[in-house]
Amino acid sequence: MDTLSASFHAAVALLLHGDDHLYGIVALSLRVSFIAVVLAAAFALPAGALLAVGRFRGRRTLTVLLNGFMGLPAVVVGLTVYLLLSRAGPLGSFGLLFTPTAMSIAQALLVFPLLAALSRQVVEDAWSEYAEQLRSLGASNLQAAWTLIADTRWSLSTVLLAGFGRAIAEVGAVMIVGGNIDGVTRVMTTAIALETSKGDLPLALGLGLVLLALVLLVNALAHGVRIWAAGGPR
Amino acid sequence: MFPLLLDGVGFARAGNAILHDVHLRITEGSCTVILGPNGAGKSVLMRVMHGLLAPTSGRVRWGDLAAPPSSQAMLFQRPVMLRRSVLGNVAYGLVVRGVPRREARRRALDVLEAVGLRHLAERPARVLSGGEQQRVALARAATLRPRILFLDEPTASVDPAAMRSIEAGIAALHGAGTTVVMVTHHLGQARRLAQDILFLDNGRVSECTPAPEFFQQPRSRAAADFLKEELP
Ligand SMILES: Nc1ncnc2c1ncn2[C@@H]1O[C@H](COP(=O)(O)OP(=O)(O)OP(=O)(O)O)[C@@H](O)[C@H]1O
Ligand SMILES: [Mg+2]
Repeated sequence: MDTLSASFHAAVALLLHGDDHLYGIVALSLRVSFIAVVLAAAFALPAGALLAVGRFRGRRTLTVLLNGFMGLPAVVVGLTVYLLLSRAGPLGSFGLLFTPTAMSIAQALLVFPLLAALSRQVVEDAWSEYAEQLRSLGASNLQAAWTLIADTRWSLSTVLLAGFGRAIAEVGAVMIVGGNIDGVTRVMTTAIALETSKGDLPLALGLGLVLLALVLLVNALAHGVRIWAAGGPR
Repeated sequence: MFPLLLDGVGFARAGNAILHDVHLRITEGSCTVILGPNGAGKSVLMRVMHGLLAPTSGRVRWGDLAAPPSSQAMLFQRPVMLRRSVLGNVAYGLVVRGVPRREARRRALDVLEAVGLRHLAERPARVLSGGEQQRVALARAATLRPRILFLDEPTASVDPAAMRSIEAGIAALHGAGTTVVMVTHHLGQARRLAQDILFLDNGRVSECTPAPEFFQQPRSRAAADFLKEELP
C-alpha cells in the first residue's frame, strides 16, 4: 500500500512538472495510433459499407470472418508484421522494422477488422431504411455505399474512436514490431511494461494514469458524439 | 417503354400471398389512380411496377424493352430524406445519373422555385415536418423528369393549401406528358385527377374502369361498398 501511494504521489508530481521524457512517450503513442486508425479507416469504412450493401458471393463468409477477427490477439498481429518486415521477410527491403511506421502498420492491421465489422453494422442498419429510396433514385450499389457512409458519419466517427481506444491501449503488437527503443519507438504501453519490470513504479504509474485518462476521454467523446448526433438529424 | 404491362403478376412474402394474378395495362400519358382499403396491396403493387420488388409469378413488361427503364421515379408513402440539405436531396437523383454537381444543383433549385419550396433549400432535410418532406420528395422525383411517375399517397400528411399545390403540380406534370400512377385515399382527389381507376381489394384487381364511370356506378361489389363508406 505504501509503495502504491508513494508511487502515486511521485507520478502526479511527474505529470504536473511536465516531464519531457514522459510527454515524448505520450506524444509518440498518440501519433502512432492516430496514423494507424486513419490508415485502417481508409480501407475499413469502404469495405464495411460494400459488405453491407453488396450482393456478391462470399459476403456472408467475409462478415463472419471479420467478426471473428475483431478480437484478434495483438501479439499474433505483431508477430505477423514482424515476419513481413524483418530483413529476410518479403517487405524487409523497406527497413521499417523497429520504426514508428511499423507500429502504425501493426496497429492498423489490428483495428481493421474491428472498424470494418462495426461500420458494416452501422451501414447495414441505415441500408434497411434507405435501400428502396436510393435504388428508386437510381443509385448504384457503389453510389449507395458512399451515400450511406456520408449519412452515417456521426455513428461512424464513434466507430473510429472505438478503434483508436483499442489501438492506443494495445501492447503486444507495438512491443514486437517497435522493439521499445527509448526515444524512438517507446510508447505508453511498452514503457509501462518495461518500467514496471525495472521497478520504476512512479513513471509506470504516471503513464498508466495518462493512458487511463486518454481512454476515458476517447470513450466520453464517443458518447458525446452519439448524444449530439441523436439530438437532431445533422 | 410503353405500354407497361402486368401479366398475371403475383407477389408472395414468407408464404403470404399479397398480390394475386394482376393483369394491367398502363398506356403512355394516362393517369391511373389506385384505390382500395388499407392493406389491399397498393404499395406493394406500385413497388412491383417500379421494379423494386420482383413478382413471384407472372411478368412485368415495359413495351419491348428487355429491362425496366431508368426514366421512372417514385414518391414513397414514407419518403426517406438523406442527411443533407433539401437542395442536396433534390439534386441527388441527377448527381447519381452523372449530371455535373453544379448543373444538378441549378436544376434542383429551379424545381424548388417552381413548387414554392425555394425558402427551404438550405435547410437540413431531416428536420422538416412530415408534410414538408413529402413535398420535397415530390420535387426530388419531378427533378428527374421521368416519363412515368409513381405516387404513393402524395398528399397523406399535408395541409389543404399544400394539397392544392401538390395536385396542381401533378396535373401540370401529367399535362406535360408524364404518365402518372397514383395511390390515394382522397376520393375527391381521385375524382379531380384520375382518368382511370384501378380498384384493388385483398391483393386482387376488382376492376379497372374509366374514372367518371367508376364514380357513377362501379362494376365490382367491393368498390361499391368502398364508395358507400365515404362521409359526406
Ligand atoms: N415486405 C413485406 N413483407 C411482408 N409483408 C408485406 C411486405 N410489404 C407489405 N406486406 C403486407 O402486404 C399487405 C399489403 O401491404 P401494402 O403496403 O401494399 O398495403 P396498402 O394497400 O398500401 O395499404 P395502405 O393503404 O395502408 O397504405 C399488408 O398486409 C402488408 O402487411
Ligand atoms: Mg400503402
